Amino acid sequence: MTKEDLIKNVWEELDITNKEARQIVENVFDTMKNVLAKGEQIEIRGFGKFSVRDKNKRTGRNPRTGEEAEISARKVVTFKPSKIFKNMLK
Amino acid sequence: MTKADLILEIAKQTSLTKKESETVIKTVFESINNALSSGDKVELRGFGSFRVRDRKSRQGRNPKTGDTVNVPAKRVPFFKAGKELRSLVDN
Repeated sequence: MTKEDLIKNVWEELDITNKEARQIVENVFDTMKNVLAKGEQIEIRGFGKFSVRDKNKRTGRNPRTGEEAEISARKVVTFKPSKIFKNMLK
Repeated sequence: MTKADLILEIAKQTSLTKKESETVIKTVFESINNALSSGDKVELRGFGSFRVRDRKSRQGRNPKTGDTVNVPAKRVPFFKAGKELRSLVDN
């Protein structure tokens, strides 16, 4: 499934144009991106929780050459699926 | 941010009523739920992708009694942040 399919699903639910549906879906993911960029978490009941975690710097290895390289400290997005979502895949 | 906050925010940004915005948010997340349930993956450019990952069965332990138990193999939803989201968050 791509963003196009998602746009189609939204368009079919509401009395709007395809162009409007496209803009709305963009708004949804842009809003989520901006919230996460501020370091805030997003919790969607029945779906899951997106949060931003701090990762310490660590020494990694280039898997091809075997050379050691330092991986800098960084912030990453993690997703924890809700129980309901996990149960759907059982 | 909760689902309710997201619904209000999208209603504010667009010409949708709160009710319509709620339909949008529900449709978006239910679509992703359904795609993964049917074994499909979801790719959203700039945001990330959702896939199903297989977890092998393993020996676990009941933390209360210390008994060894078999944890069966399972499929779990997995999210990988896209390049754009990764760089936005790590700025």
